[in-house]
Amino acid sequence: MIFLWAFIIGGLLCVVAQLTLDLFPLTPAHILVLFVVIGAILGGVGLYGKLVAVAGAGASVPLTGFGYTLVTGVGEAVKTKGVLGLLTGGLTAAAGGIKAAVLFGLAASLVFKPKI
Amino acid sequence: MASQAKQGSQKMQEYQDMASQMRPRKPLLKNALWAFFVGGLISEVGQGVEWFFMQHGLSAKEATPPMTVVMIGLGALLTGLGWYDRVVKHGGMGGSLPITGFANSMVAPAMEFRTEGLVLGVGAKLFTVAGPVLAYGLAAAFVVGLLRLLITGGA
Repeated sequence: MIFLWAFIIGGLLCVVAQLTLDLFPLTPAHILVLFVVIGAILGGVGLYGKLVAVAGAGASVPLTGFGYTLVTGVGEAVKTKGVLGLLTGGLTAAAGGIKAAVLFGLAASLVFKPKI
Repeated sequence: MASQAKQGSQKMQEYQDMASQMRPRKPLLKNALWAFFVGGLISEVGQGVEWFFMQHGLSAKEATPPMTVVMIGLGALLTGLGWYDRVVKHGGMGGSLPITGFANSMVAPAMEFRTEGLVLGVGAKLFTVAGPVLAYGLAAAFVVGLLRLLITGGA
């Protein structure tokens, strides 16, 4: 069942992003920023966690899931470390993804030649 | 002078009206359908990867970070091979919004600016899009976390 919801929710989030791109004078980069912030807000009020429980990767693969990861990390760090967790939590939770992205990004741009 | 400027702005208005009439209308429905299927498909691949990790003893929550890493790797690889461009061309935000598209937004400019050197070319351009995303994502997470701390008292 989670496979069905992953497709539907993942697809729908992209549709919302596509409509935002087509209807407003924004670039894809603006929309990525917007969706990360929206994910953080929805995560903060507890809605995005429910979506992840239902749709799995359909909610965690789109970039809203990255915002959710950041804010969940902050929440957990605040519980264990107090106010300092506000600063350490986000990057701690997202560290694996960010470091992977930097390493894979460096590797790919060194190994591959751009096709023109 | 003043009337000339007025005439100029009138001409500009006329031009803008004409330009907006000539501009091709965006095929909203077609773009949305493509975004749905491409975005849905990429999410489905992610779910498959997550399922694989869960078969190897991880809980759904534990399986998400390694799944993200695999998807970022796939995105970087497909970008390097020059295939991800086609995914974005057809899928639009369906290709850009998933984490694979985030990897693409890092690798594509880094590859393109390779000629400007390893530091200011590759190193800097990796963060053309990732920089703003991280900056505002971290800021939003801080503010949301702070508000939640103030409202709930850290519970």
